[in-house]
Amino acid sequence: MEKFLFAFLVGGAICVIGQIMMDVFRLTPAHTMSTLVVVGAILGGLGLYEPLVKFAGAGASVPISSFGNSLVKGALSEAEKTGIVGVLTGIFEVTSAGISAAIIFGFMGSLLFKPKG
Amino acid sequence: MSNKKKKKLTPTQQKYQRFAKDREPKRPVLSNVIRAFIAGGIICTIGQGLQWMFMTYFNFTEVTAGNPTVAVLIIISVLLTGFGVYDHIAQWGGAGTAVPVTGFANTVASASIEHRTEGYVLGVGGNMFKLAGPVITYGVFSAFVVAIVKIAIKALGGM
Repeated sequence: MEKFLFAFLVGGAICVIGQIMMDVFRLTPAHTMSTLVVVGAILGGLGLYEPLVKFAGAGASVPISSFGNSLVKGALSEAEKTGIVGVLTGIFEVTSAGISAAIIFGFMGSLLFKPKG
Repeated sequence: MSNKKKKKLTPTQQKYQRFAKDREPKRPVLSNVIRAFIAGGIICTIGQGLQWMFMTYFNFTEVTAGNPTVAVLIIISVLLTGFGVYDHIAQWGGAGTAVPVTGFANTVASASIEHRTEGYVLGVGGNMFKLAGPVITYGVFSAFVVAIVKIAIKALGGM
């Protein structure tokens, strides 16, 4: 049950970093999210992101930084199996669910909903 | 504005920049940060709850439960975006709603809904990744570099 508390704290902390980047360093949301993804990829490459996911569960896997980590993870695990080409074929392996879901449901949303305001 | 750009401005323009900066509303950084913490924390807690549900009732392992969790969060945020609720939450939560994967889904859904009047191919198809594109581009490129560097270090006998 304490996993929920850790998820709340770690997830909140990552969002605080994002908010500080937006408010204090005056970055646009797109810059903030891109930076967090790159940071996640680097942490994933250093092997530091996976322990965080183990510790905080969804608190680390729901923020966008886990997208970078998952890209690296997919690329590396596939490269281990099939050699250097695996970097290209495996890069979307772990994240394909998120991207496919965003495309499919985003498109369905555009069929169902009309723009507001 | 960067210093490099400032040098090119005429004195009048510089004066205007200072004038505008003085009158720019101060951002309530502290309350924004607290809101971001609460909103982001709640979204991640919901994610943790979904993950727990998938693991307990649907026989997913800790690794595989991530996929349905993300998918459900994306469906929820697309629906909330479509009904116009997500905008209100995002107004309050700031980065707390932008940084989790729901923010990613929100940018995809809102861009595709907004541009649907321009047609389904050029409008929806072409603009869907207008806002989410940078995340994928930089994510994939940096992941590629990181993976290549790591493989190279391994091949050279390190780590």
